[in-house]
Amino acid sequence: MPQSIVILISILFDGLAYAMVLFIIAVGLSITMGLMGFVNLAHGAFAMAGGYLVVTLTKSWGVPFLPSLVIAAVVIGIASIPFERLLYSKLYKATELDQVLLTIGLAFMTIAGYTYFYGPAPLTVPLPEFLTGQIDIGVRTVPSYRAFIIAVGAVLIAVLWYGFERTNLGAKIRAAVDNRRMAQSVGINVDRLFTLTFAVGSGLAALGGGLAIQTFGLTPSFAVLYLVFFLIIVSVGGLGSLKGTLIASIMLGVFDIGGKYLYSDAGGFFIYALTVLVLLIKPAGLYGRE
Amino acid sequence: MAASDANAVPAVTMRARAIEYIGKRHRFHVWEALPWILIAAAYFVFPDRMTFGTQVLIAIMFALSLDLILGYAGIVTLGHAAFFGVGAYTVALLTARLNWGEPVTSLIIATLISAAAGFISGWFLLRYRGLTLLMLTLATAILLQEAGNYRSDITGGYDGVPGMEIWKLFGVFENDLYGRTYYIYIAVLLFLVFLVVRRIVYSPFGAALTGIRENVRRMHAIGSPVHRRLVAAYTIAAGIAGMAGALFAQSTAYTTLGVFDFESSAKVMVMLILGGTGRLYGAFAGATIYMLLEDHLAKLSPEFWQFGIGLLLVLAVLFARRGLLGLIEDIGIYFKTGGKS
Repeated sequence: MPQSIVILISILFDGLAYAMVLFIIAVGLSITMGLMGFVNLAHGAFAMAGGYLVVTLTKSWGVPFLPSLVIAAVVIGIASIPFERLLYSKLYKATELDQVLLTIGLAFMTIAGYTYFYGPAPLTVPLPEFLTGQIDIGVRTVPSYRAFIIAVGAVLIAVLWYGFERTNLGAKIRAAVDNRRMAQSVGINVDRLFTLTFAVGSGLAALGGGLAIQTFGLTPSFAVLYLVFFLIIVSVGGLGSLKGTLIASIMLGVFDIGGKYLYSDAGGFFIYALTVLVLLIKPAGLYGRE
Repeated sequence: MAASDANAVPAVTMRARAIEYIGKRHRFHVWEALPWILIAAAYFVFPDRMTFGTQVLIAIMFALSLDLILGYAGIVTLGHAAFFGVGAYTVALLTARLNWGEPVTSLIIATLISAAAGFISGWFLLRYRGLTLLMLTLATAILLQEAGNYRSDITGGYDGVPGMEIWKLFGVFENDLYGRTYYIYIAVLLFLVFLVVRRIVYSPFGAALTGIRENVRRMHAIGSPVHRRLVAAYTIAAGIAGMAGALFAQSTAYTTLGVFDFESSAKVMVMLILGGTGRLYGAFAGATIYMLLEDHLAKLSPEFWQFGIGLLLVLAVLFARRGLLGLIEDIGIYFKTGGKS
């Protein structure tokens, strides 16, 4: 097989694994922003908190990796509810500036807190046997952990798609994203809906944070380091759009990895240029409502 | 005043009243001398801390430029550091690559180039609002950073521009070890910039900016050229931010791509918010207090400092939306009215 195709497949595979982590973290942000128009710069902090919870569970308490991912997602999801009820809900009608400031403040506090307790150095997590090796996908062998991430991502996409498009709850969310006032006036409790999606979104972010430990490296600054990526995905994909978030994640993941493989210096530049271009042409994102 | 009253008053009288009102707002108050007295006093009281003082003055200038667009025109940007960086890199590249280290001319060139960057990016970006604008400003700053990283053969990348050599100021004054020369130089420039900004915000143009901040639809409706006004304000603010960046590069003879970081944009915003937006002196109070706290606390414990700044932001948003100066004003009103209001 020609070398160029092998490289192409490698880029697609690694990019897809990368994209899945980005998607899992960003999807909650997209839905909550679509619902309430709330600019939440602290979303990465929930992902980071999830990552650290997984580290603590596996290293200190001896819980295996997979259950700790689930536990972290549930715990962080529930823990995010008080934040939403006590802080975020006060600022739904406030300006973007207020929302940006509040959530930057929260992100700073979280980073500082985690640096104090865990230190600034990157942490790792013990993986189970079957995730540390390589598997053969026909063209080349790939790290089984990346294959695992893609599998998890595919399952989650299927679940989210079903929940979003085929259930009553999903219909309510879509209705509220489309037109909040109209949804409220036909009796949908948008506030409660938002609390729920916020908790689920934060839980998913925590799961993504746990998955990201091995690929991104986990430090307290994770909360803002990848925030720009999450925001790009959300705004390029279009607020509140599952499809848009997925497509933007894959674009970003594949282009970033591809850029790093082929043009290691200009890779980052290309992504931001593309982002600016998309937003200039379609300010509401690829699948957002104008 | 009710609408029927307004109709009864002749247009000439209305105009005279408006002129009187604007004139009254524009007049200098006695207390406005206070920050300048403090800046002058600092020179004599802490003669060996002038390097730090210089950085405070630069931070004030940077925050002041943000106040013009954020506080007055209501443009929420997450990428204001872009223009600070353009200014700093203009100076750095002029001296390191073109062997031109003359401070005053390179400062002027840096200001003009930053203003041009503000004009070009503002022309495209300021059609948008909300999250899209936030993202576009943020992406612009990072785009510049990535461009600098890509051509690290020219810019030196994250290691900083090598071989910067800033000539003597006016060919006479050497920047001494304690930064006293630059303190005076920057203080004078800050005063000039402040006069310009103050003139702008109290002019009809400034009133139009405030109008855009408060109600952009109504400004469209009364026929104000909103986009042109915003771009003009953005260009001026970019120029001032670029000047601050150029002064930073000159006073430290050092610049890295870190100036474009999201953290730099967030930091200047935090300074302004803590001091109070849309009131000119908020930039002075906020930047000074931020820099002083950072200088003391960050050395003791960086985590504690970062946590404190985060907490201050949250508290400011929830309870003191108008910043420190707004808080002082509220307390003043409270005592004047005997706690009745």
